[in-house]
Amino acid sequence: MSVTRRRFLKLGLTTLAGIGGAMALDGFWRGSAEASEVLTDQKALKAKHWAMVIDSDRLKSAENVQRMIDACHRTHNVPDFGNSKDEIKWMGTETYEHAFPGQENGYLNEGIKEKLFPVLCNHCENPACVRVCPTQATFKRPDGIVAMDYHRCIGCRFCMAACAFGARSFNFRDPRPFIKQVNPDFPTRTKGVVEKCNFCVERLEKGLPPACVEASNGALIFGDLDDPNSEVRQVLATHYSIRRKPELGTEPSVYYLIGGGEEHA
Amino acid sequence: MLEKALSGSRRYWAWVAVLLALIAVGFSTYLKQYHEGLGITGMSRDVSWGLYIAQFTFLVGVAASAVMVAIPYYLHNYKKFGKIVILGEFLAVASVVMCVLFIFVDLGQPVRVLNVLLHPTPHSVMFWDMIVLSGYLLLNIIIGWTSLGAERKGFPPPSWVKPLIYIAIPWAVSIHTVTAFLYAGLPGRSHWLTAIMAARFLASAFAAGPALLVILCLLLRRLSTFDAGRESIQALAKIVAYAMSANVFFFLLEVFTAFYSHIPEHMAPIRYLFFGLDGHRGLVGFMWSAAILAFVGIGLLINPSTRKNERVLPFALAAVFIAAWIDKGLGLIVGGFIPNPMGRITEYAPTLPEIWITLGVYSIGLLVLTVLYKVAIAVREEESLAAHG
Repeated sequence: MSVTRRRFLKLGLTTLAGIGGAMALDGFWRGSAEASEVLTDQKALKAKHWAMVIDSDRLKSAENVQRMIDACHRTHNVPDFGNSKDEIKWMGTETYEHAFPGQENGYLNEGIKEKLFPVLCNHCENPACVRVCPTQATFKRPDGIVAMDYHRCIGCRFCMAACAFGARSFNFRDPRPFIKQVNPDFPTRTKGVVEKCNFCVERLEKGLPPACVEASNGALIFGDLDDPNSEVRQVLATHYSIRRKPELGTEPSVYYLIGGGEEHA
Repeated sequence: MLEKALSGSRRYWAWVAVLLALIAVGFSTYLKQYHEGLGITGMSRDVSWGLYIAQFTFLVGVAASAVMVAIPYYLHNYKKFGKIVILGEFLAVASVVMCVLFIFVDLGQPVRVLNVLLHPTPHSVMFWDMIVLSGYLLLNIIIGWTSLGAERKGFPPPSWVKPLIYIAIPWAVSIHTVTAFLYAGLPGRSHWLTAIMAARFLASAFAAGPALLVILCLLLRRLSTFDAGRESIQALAKIVAYAMSANVFFFLLEVFTAFYSHIPEHMAPIRYLFFGLDGHRGLVGFMWSAAILAFVGIGLLINPSTRKNERVLPFALAAVFIAAWIDKGLGLIVGGFIPNPMGRITEYAPTLPEIWITLGVYSIGLLVLTVLYKVAIAVREEESLAAHG
């Protein structure tokens, strides 16, 4: 059977129409996908700039801090390998001289010197980790939270080199066998990707405060830094606060009250 | 032309077999790493880059072998380099191939590597490093292969190669600069946060690349009919001497700034590397070896009588090469992570699997180099046979 000129043209036109139609459908599809993305829980907590204030005076003992860490790690399926080399931590503890290097002195008040301060991702306003990530697997959300896409991360660990706070961990091994009890509400990770504190975006979406804040007995205050009436702003306006390595200009969103923090509400 | 790599002496095939065996061991170890994760290496939460990224950094420098021959030959018409310019380009090709492989074996999720292209991110230096490295690889393959092909037919290289040759010169500067920017732009790593990092990379590269090239020329003279010529070897050796002097000078500038300013976090990594910190002395032996080798190498290369002595020359060049390797392939990267951002110390030592994978990648590079050099030399032999026969 020979293909006539007429048949050939017809075939061509039909194909073109098909492609055009598919593209239009694709656009329609995408449009509707975007529409569904903005549907969030009515109870969801929202802010323009999430921030945390850590009132160290209220953290009386190491157990207080450990309870927060346990709550965080349980919620987020953080594995326990039992060694520091492969260790994954979203929240850890450091003494004053290690949490705030360069701000220590030899005559520090014993209480402050020996206290364990919780350290976590600072959710910086100018995050170096986001700047260096070659795939945008780590990115800053409009609400200020520095988030991770575990499915896009290639595991190059440039973000770990860039982070000035040691906040990031890498899955050197398959983490799943080392999770004591899996929380089905949060994804587990695979080997070869970086992870860190996410300010509990998944809980904020459901109207819940971050797990560590909930377990802190009021020692951690969480709220919107852009809202002058928020509790974090009230506390910062009435107390002396410091941040980790402010001189680097990353603008951490985690503030620490050191001493004199007893009287706030 | 590639068929010329398929015929060779028994010694040639024995060498190829050794490389293939090492590649096989490296590859099977890589499969283990692929299945179990990077936990089989010595890297940790605190020292999150190790031998792989350090080798990548060092080999970007070795790729400079091409430009240090190309500038005198193409820009200053220094004819003596005519014979070795192709060797410089092919060494650059092998080096960049290894660079790419070292990045690849360092990835936690290697199957996702194309995400870098799928989500191009111009604010990441890694994105630009990928562009300059792949560009430099292509430039050197095209320039080297086309020039050699033309030479084989007895013609000058086609005119369209000329612009590529000129582009390749600033492009070579870009690979060192952009690679240095990977480190020099990070706010929390005092050891890397230095404006002179890119200049150090260039100086170190212009020493290590030509040093290896001369060693290879001396080897080829023994193993094949290829003779680079005394004069070009001496000229390259002088380049190595002054580039290494600049490299050491730049390093001493870092030492001055850190210790005279007396800023603790700038002093700490250098202290760790050369004296140890809080009893952790993992790299002290290496760093002092590098310092001694650097000064011995420079001394032997600057002094005309030792440089001209071709029995001393390979040792002087090897000293410079090893010093540059310890400096960049070990100290610079690991030193950047010690102490960690909290001022705590976790040391790093590569594991055996990590070393096997590293050797495997080096073997792939050497195999590429062997094949390319074999082709280049066979083409030259064919020519001289045609001229005399």
